[in-house]
Amino acid sequence: MDIFTQQLINGLVLGSIYALVALGYTMVYGILELINFAHGEVTMFGAMICLAVISAIASSGTDANGLLIVSLGLLAAIAVCVMLGFLIERVAYRPLRRAPRLAALITAIGMSIVLQNTAMLIWGKQYITFPPLLPLVRYDIGGAVITNLQIFIILLSCLLMAGLLVLIRKTRLGRAMRATAQAQDIAGLMGINVNTIISITFVIGAALAAVAGVMVSAYYGLAHYFMGFMLGLKAFTAAVLGGIGNIAGAMLGGLLLGLIESFGAGYIGTLTGGFLGSHYQDVFAFFVLILVLVIRPSGLLGERVVERA
Amino acid sequence: MTLLSNQWNAWRHDRRVVWVSYIALGILLVLLPFLTGETLGRGWVRILDFTLLYIMLALGLNIVVGYAGLLDLGYIAFYAVGAYAYALLASPHFGLHLPFWALLPIGAGIAGIFGILLGAPTLRLRGDYLAIVTLGFGEIIRIFLNNLNAPVNITNGPQGINLIDPVAFGNFSFSETHTLFGVTFPGIYTYYYLFLILALLVIFVSLRLQNSRIGRAWVAIREDEVAAEAMGINTRNIKLLAFAMGASFAGISGGLFAGFQGFISPESFNLFESIIVLCMIVLGGMGNIGGVILGAVLLTIFPEALRYIGDLQSYIFGRILVDAADLRMLIFGLALVLIMIFRPAGLLPSVRRRHEFGSDASILAQEQASLYDTRR
Amino acid sequence: MNAPSLTKWTLWLFVLSITLTACSKKEETTTGTTGGEMAVKIGQVSPLTGPQAHLGKDNDNGARLAIDENNVSGVTLGGKKVKFILVSEDDIADPRTATVVAQKLVDQRVAGVIGHLNSGTSIPASKIYFDAGIPQISPSATAIAYTAQGYKTAFRVMTNDRQQGKVLGEYAVKNMKAKRVAIIDDRTAYGQGLADEVEKAVKASGGEVIAREFTTDRSTDFLAILTSIKGKKPDLVFYGGMDAQGAPMVKQLQSLGLKAKFLGGDGVQTAEFLKLAGSNSEGVTASSPGLPIDSMPGGKEFRKKFTGRFGTIQTYAPYAYDAVNVMVEAMKNADSAEPARYLAELPQVQRAGVTGNISFDEKGDIRGGAITLYQVKGGKWEVLETVMGGATGMGKNK
Repeated sequence: MDIFTQQLINGLVLGSIYALVALGYTMVYGILELINFAHGEVTMFGAMICLAVISAIASSGTDANGLLIVSLGLLAAIAVCVMLGFLIERVAYRPLRRAPRLAALITAIGMSIVLQNTAMLIWGKQYITFPPLLPLVRYDIGGAVITNLQIFIILLSCLLMAGLLVLIRKTRLGRAMRATAQAQDIAGLMGINVNTIISITFVIGAALAAVAGVMVSAYYGLAHYFMGFMLGLKAFTAAVLGGIGNIAGAMLGGLLLGLIESFGAGYIGTLTGGFLGSHYQDVFAFFVLILVLVIRPSGLLGERVVERA
Repeated sequence: MTLLSNQWNAWRHDRRVVWVSYIALGILLVLLPFLTGETLGRGWVRILDFTLLYIMLALGLNIVVGYAGLLDLGYIAFYAVGAYAYALLASPHFGLHLPFWALLPIGAGIAGIFGILLGAPTLRLRGDYLAIVTLGFGEIIRIFLNNLNAPVNITNGPQGINLIDPVAFGNFSFSETHTLFGVTFPGIYTYYYLFLILALLVIFVSLRLQNSRIGRAWVAIREDEVAAEAMGINTRNIKLLAFAMGASFAGISGGLFAGFQGFISPESFNLFESIIVLCMIVLGGMGNIGGVILGAVLLTIFPEALRYIGDLQSYIFGRILVDAADLRMLIFGLALVLIMIFRPAGLLPSVRRRHEFGSDASILAQEQASLYDTRR
Repeated sequence: MNAPSLTKWTLWLFVLSITLTACSKKEETTTGTTGGEMAVKIGQVSPLTGPQAHLGKDNDNGARLAIDENNVSGVTLGGKKVKFILVSEDDIADPRTATVVAQKLVDQRVAGVIGHLNSGTSIPASKIYFDAGIPQISPSATAIAYTAQGYKTAFRVMTNDRQQGKVLGEYAVKNMKAKRVAIIDDRTAYGQGLADEVEKAVKASGGEVIAREFTTDRSTDFLAILTSIKGKKPDLVFYGGMDAQGAPMVKQLQSLGLKAKFLGGDGVQTAEFLKLAGSNSEGVTASSPGLPIDSMPGGKEFRKKFTGRFGTIQTYAPYAYDAVNVMVEAMKNADSAEPARYLAELPQVQRAGVTGNISFDEKGDIRGGAITLYQVKGGKWEVLETVMGGATGMGKNK
């Protein structure tokens, strides 16, 4: 039983991180129908910027509180990622808004490669460690272990996601975003500045990515210029699982994917009588995805795609 | 200026000129390995060989994405299946050594079956949902190849399969150096000619498919699946056919890759390869065979050509400012972005898409929402 | 393709081929003479971009240091002073690119090749070097298959998976007194190869392998597999893979409260591991092929010179350094940099390198295969002991 609880905790933490990154994919997709492949790289930049700031402060020899330093790093990461998100949209995606969708996909891939290699040039090819600034406290729940950092990650993710939901459902800005997502041209006619709304979408997504990046690097204790790729891929899978374009779907998909991976790796051997081991963890995740999509072709919470007549 | 271009147009439509062009092109292609080998070195002949393989691969994906409009991000899986089919049936791993003429059809067939396996459950999916499922499928295949060394050793896992038989007809092995009429043909040259012939065959098949009943059915599905179905097209079979055909092309090039390289391991068939092949066809001009070939040629040669950045830097600045290897992928990424921004329909768009882009884009934009067309 | 555009294409191709022909071929020979000095090119191949770029650059630096030292100290072959030139290429850890790069080095008439970094790239490339008769010394490829192909040009200064795996497995059971062993690998050719050999050796020495779990070389989250391992109560966890995964794995192992010893191979025995794992690294045991660098003649000096010039040693730089020196020594013995001439001398070379005493067996594997075990004590790798003569690389490619 303690093993089960432990896997549940593992899955929830992993899932919250996926969900946070998946939100960025799904928001952009909801409005532009574009898979923003560079989003994972924005996450990576968030981690890198935060680390750069932290190590700069730490090396200056202050005895400031660890939490304060990390918060400063986080703020810097958000600031830079917001600018990055804005720039990416302006430079790489806006000129292609009326171009074929695949062209935009290729630019997104190109952007992702550019960002990765820029990060490599700036921060080098090595793994960078996250200094142990935050005191680690472990709590025991019936044999399973949860750390204060894990609790913090789950709480912060929930808070951010709830905030985003409120923003989109209740505010004027949210209404404008939903209108733009439904019909860009009509939204424009209704007095919504579509370009601004799209920029804001990218900015919000990038800010969330920055938070996720910092969380990932603090949680695992390291960052690398290549870290965004796999994370982005997993988050994108999560977004599709939940129904891409749907905010609540991204959260659900993220959490679900985290749990699937965690329980998959833990129990797949028992399930298949020892034939498949934890090396089929990703196969398991993709298999669930395919199964869900075959039964519900537009994801768990996605709206049914209206067939064109 | 106009006069000149008119003359040029008249001239190049002349039948005799066309024939001369064909002959000149043929001679050039035959001489190409020697020209490259003598000037740039044999490393570049090897790159040419791979370019031809990628042309075959890209033309296969072009059927799925370009003709039928089904976005496939796991295409490299079929290449892997073809390569592994060849490797398992012609290497010391199982002690099997089937002849080449049997291996290629087997590889193509198995890859085709996998294509149908992928296609069948995904018939209802569209656009990006299909993309992520195909991506997942590609990863699943790679993970299985990487892990099927236990409990029964089928693929030899991450260690890969080594000492694969080279492509051979009877006693004529393509990997050895041959001398004909006093001209020496090293292995990579003879492979070039083999790949060239097969690539021409694939081009020919693609051309014939394009204007056949099936080709038109694919276009119809791509443009509007509901309308296509209403016109009496069996969309299920036609879609499955696209997956199977595309996969079998990849199976053939995969088999050739295994025989040519003599060693394969799962790391050659990762997601990035799928993405690169997709980039080739989008960059060159989806649906247009000439464009796809151009895309394949550019994306195989460009990263290699970028290796000379170091030399260029020391030539211009007198010293190496930034490590050439570090800049290579950065420039590659930038090139992808720039080409798409300035030529969104690809470098050589297909005739159909050129027409679409020529007319009033905003009206079209509202009418079309398929993967292939402009967005709303 | 319609006919008119064909004409255009042909014209373009024609222009291209004329440009090609116009590019005059540079005269390149193994022994190009420039101003009384004889230039000898030595190739170095490793991934200089991509996720393993830091390891690739490390190999490059190691080889570069050796080349520069030889140039400074001065080598004379066949009565001529030699200037060694390092030609470094990037194979992005991709087998296909590796063959292209190998062919290019052959074109440039390098006298020998140091590389490649990975087994998956060394193997396909070795065929090309063999066909060209150019000796290849890999500083870091461990797959048994690499030297089992029958290519007399393929050597390595690194122990193979079997040599190292046997020592590690026996050490785990006999010295570390582990009865219940859990084995994790990263499903790369290196990690899986090593872990399989460790598993065999653990079983052969009377230990029990209670869990075999897997991850990837891109993963950062190991909690799921560690949790399921924890349920089986192991005495020891062995990880076959690199430091970038090993370090967070150790951290997560401890955060789960799993009290088992942690053992790793040469991918874990790195300075990077200490940096990444921080205080969690305490008590971790890992092996490294060869003898402790600081106990070798010139070892301390090497470390000082290397860190002064390039920073911390990542992993395989000392092996790349030794590989170059072994190659140069064979050239000196043959008094020639012609591949055909000095290749015959390579199997006879006996050299006390910074990673140990280097000589090759008939397959091209390093003879004896001494393996040193280290443990982290006080944030440093301390030598536990050196195990001599791991099993040599016998048996066929499996």
